[in-house]
Amino acid sequence: MTDMRTPLSRVRGRGSAKSGTDHFWLQRLTAVANVPLVIFVLASIVALVGADYATVKTYLSMPVVSILFLLLILSGVYHMRIGMKEIIEDYVNGEGMKLLSIIGNNFFAAVVGLACIYAVLKLGLGG
Amino acid sequence: MVQLSLPKGSQPTKGKKHAAPADAKNLRTFKVYRYDPDSGSDPSIDEYQVDMDSCGPMVLDALIKIKNETDPTLTFRRSCREGICGSCAMNIDGTNTLACTKGIDEVKGDVKIYPLPHMDVVKDLVPDLTNFYAQHASIEPWLQTTTVQPEKEWKQSTEDREKLDGLYECILCACCSTSCPSYWWNGDRYLGPAVLLQAYRWLIDSRDEATGERLDNLEDPFRLYRCHTIMNCAKACPKGLSPAKAIAEIKKMMVERRV
Repeated sequence: MTDMRTPLSRVRGRGSAKSGTDHFWLQRLTAVANVPLVIFVLASIVALVGADYATVKTYLSMPVVSILFLLLILSGVYHMRIGMKEIIEDYVNGEGMKLLSIIGNNFFAAVVGLACIYAVLKLGLGG
Repeated sequence: MVQLSLPKGSQPTKGKKHAAPADAKNLRTFKVYRYDPDSGSDPSIDEYQVDMDSCGPMVLDALIKIKNETDPTLTFRRSCREGICGSCAMNIDGTNTLACTKGIDEVKGDVKIYPLPHMDVVKDLVPDLTNFYAQHASIEPWLQTTTVQPEKEWKQSTEDREKLDGLYECILCACCSTSCPSYWWNGDRYLGPAVLLQAYRWLIDSRDEATGERLDNLEDPFRLYRCHTIMNCAKACPKGLSPAKAIAEIKKMMVERRV
């Protein structure tokens, strides 16, 4: 089928989505939040190398510690989800494949995020 | 998916060799991309030996000499030959630039000349810029006002006029847009650096009254936010402008109007 639309009609397409700024802003916001949170969590892991289950449990049952862990999970997973969506939009051109990838990305982020939260809560609240 | 290799029928083959006259001593070889859609054959890289003793200093001088003296079928766009019309934008020695302002002595070894990357080729070094121009039209690059037209000109302070420096000089040669990977992969929806720089030129113009509508039109994951600050645009621009900075300023305006 020959596309007889004018070039301007093709460029205008369905108009602007009037979104994208939230993602742009949250990507940077979570990046800033991730810096101290990742340092804290990494430092915790290094400090706990070789520790037994009971020690880790006691450490994670401190409210400040588990809240910082949970914050990193929220911020990190959201950052990951936006970043991966950008990559999919950049490189996956087919509309069907793009939609499937974006659905998969959302599901993956939800599962990873919730699994991590569950683990921290279980340890922190004494499971 | 993104196409990383050239499709069938687009892979250039070895083309003809055109030797310089026997008495020529100071020779340079130009390897030029040739494609003729009417011939039905694959594109080729033709070699031209040019006598530099009777050739001007710029790449465009050599191309014109080849067309005049060796091969009249060689097709390229050119007009002003002084870097102001943007017609002779092409990929020379691996970089998008203007043939008229690129010195032959700036290139080491053979001078390789291709059309602007990732665009449909009309013929030889002439890319199809239809989509690029339509994208420029889509940002409505003219002064928009609702206030009654003043008797004389729309006034602007010296400081506000200075904000247009580094933007108004753009000649729309498309060197930046066609050097941008985001534009290669999503050129149908992403407006690209040149058009976004033009959009910013009108966004920042103190006389314009349509800033909000202009921002609304750009606020889109594809139109604007495909820019990932790769900076090829600023590197390629033969006028020394920075489309990347203009795009960053647009993003800043977007955030500022809602935070």
